[in-house]
Amino acid sequence: MDRIPVLRMGPLLLITIQVDMHDKLAIQLQDDVTNRISEWGSTGVLIDISSLEIVDSFIGRMLANIAAMSRVLGAETVVVGMQPAVAITLVELGMSLPGVQTALSVEAGMELLYGAVTTGPENERGEA
Amino acid sequence: MSVAKREVLPLKGSNDVVLARQRVRQWAVELKFSLVDQTKLVTAASELARNALDHGRGGSMTLESLVNGVRLGLRMTFEDQGPGIPDIQQALKDGFTTGSGMGLGLGGSKRLVNEFSIESEVGKGTRVTAARWK
Amino acid sequence: MNDLAEIISQNENKLRSEWIRTMSSAVERSDLIGKAELNDQCASILQALVEGVRTSGAENLAGAGWNSARELLNSISSSRARQGFSPLEIATFVLSLKQPLFALIREKMAKSQDALFDTIWSATQLLDQLALVTTEAYITTREEFILRQQQELLELSTPVVKLWDGILALPIIGTLDSARTQVVMESLLQTVVATNSRYAIIDITGVPTVDTLVAQHLLKTITAARLMGAECIISGVRPQIAQTIVHLGINLEDVVTKANLADAFALALQRSGRTVVRTSAAPRSPMSGLFTKREE
Repeated sequence: MDRIPVLRMGPLLLITIQVDMHDKLAIQLQDDVTNRISEWGSTGVLIDISSLEIVDSFIGRMLANIAAMSRVLGAETVVVGMQPAVAITLVELGMSLPGVQTALSVEAGMELLYGAVTTGPENERGEA
Repeated sequence: MSVAKREVLPLKGSNDVVLARQRVRQWAVELKFSLVDQTKLVTAASELARNALDHGRGGSMTLESLVNGVRLGLRMTFEDQGPGIPDIQQALKDGFTTGSGMGLGLGGSKRLVNEFSIESEVGKGTRVTAARWK
Repeated sequence: MNDLAEIISQNENKLRSEWIRTMSSAVERSDLIGKAELNDQCASILQALVEGVRTSGAENLAGAGWNSARELLNSISSSRARQGFSPLEIATFVLSLKQPLFALIREKMAKSQDALFDTIWSATQLLDQLALVTTEAYITTREEFILRQQQELLELSTPVVKLWDGILALPIIGTLDSARTQVVMESLLQTVVATNSRYAIIDITGVPTVDTLVAQHLLKTITAARLMGAECIISGVRPQIAQTIVHLGINLEDVVTKANLADAFALALQRSGRTVVRTSAAPRSPMSGLFTKREE
């Protein structure tokens, strides 16, 4: 059975979900994440769902579970890149994923996990 | 109102739920639904197909494209011969999950479509019909 | 039945020019359609009539032989609807074929009264049906047009404005019903992605009343934005609205609200790690730079 790869980047775990997941794959991912956090002592989990065109209640619960389990193991989770149509549908479905932190992009997600403050491009240009 | 096209898909294994999603997406794209409407249809299909599989012990999904004057629609019917739902009103409420509940996804799916109906008999099975108009 | 087809096809030229000639100028509308195009349309219709009668008979309009006639009339009707013809003009255009056609039938079948009557009866029923086809097509075209306009109106009335890098403003004018909320959500969220904006200020100064339903719609929008990683600030909360919200027991605990857009903007700037600094005093009058050396 194929798995969704969990990559390590320093203290972070990086997961990019690109396939239309069937339920077993989702459960496998939950297991893998918790195992890896234990194994590598990760303190942050970044899940990129920018390619996901559908998030139903099962996947939504998976994301909430990963966030909750990771927190118990001492790691923070950020879900990034949710597509507008998906966000609108999830809300209509009744899911708000309260325990899950979110960010617009992988970059923003990493800043959140590293605790950095967004400074914005104008500082680089030298303008006020 | 008339039915222009009809297709039946089996829901026997977890991969069938993925196939069902893909097929609904294809039909929705063909009928030129907006992206948000497509997403709502596919998500509702995912919920209801999973229900038929997990709670109804497997069944089928019927897709129909509808025509009513100028308006086009897509209707999905999920049938199973499972244990049935004893309290439909309660089941619709349970669907309202905030991410930690074990809801049936029924209440949520209802909000994703324009027309929704459930028929269920304990011991006989369940039929859920959901339709969206353009 | 074939008599009708033969009569039309053998006298096509004469029939067509008679048809156009007797068409009253009100129906002809030379201001909307040129002579050549009109001639072509009439010729096509007559041809389709012949084919229909020959293949499926004059009574069975649902038959396959009438498909091209129906398609032709649908497209002529739709294009005339768009050109500005009224439904009466379009239907009369078809019906005005009756006079020259009946005259022709009488001329060709003068010898047998019964056959003459039957043929005229078939012809009149046929043309009535075809006129109705054009009317239905007209109505369908108008309905599609109205639907499209409604959609455009909805989209235009909810502009999303970029205030600064990463900060958007969405002023809502008018009532917020569920249809409008859908448009607002889509528009806002798409702009959030396109501009990579973390903050969205939803200004409700222009929303007359906020009841539980409107509050729900707002909350949906805020939740959807949050799921994507953007934060919403509600501004423009009038005193009456604040009172209504408390009286109705609407829970806005997790939502940041500000009385006006300026305060909301200041907050968004602050949260995104920016401060505004004045670099020099603004000139006192427009003329102050003309006669004195400008201060560096």
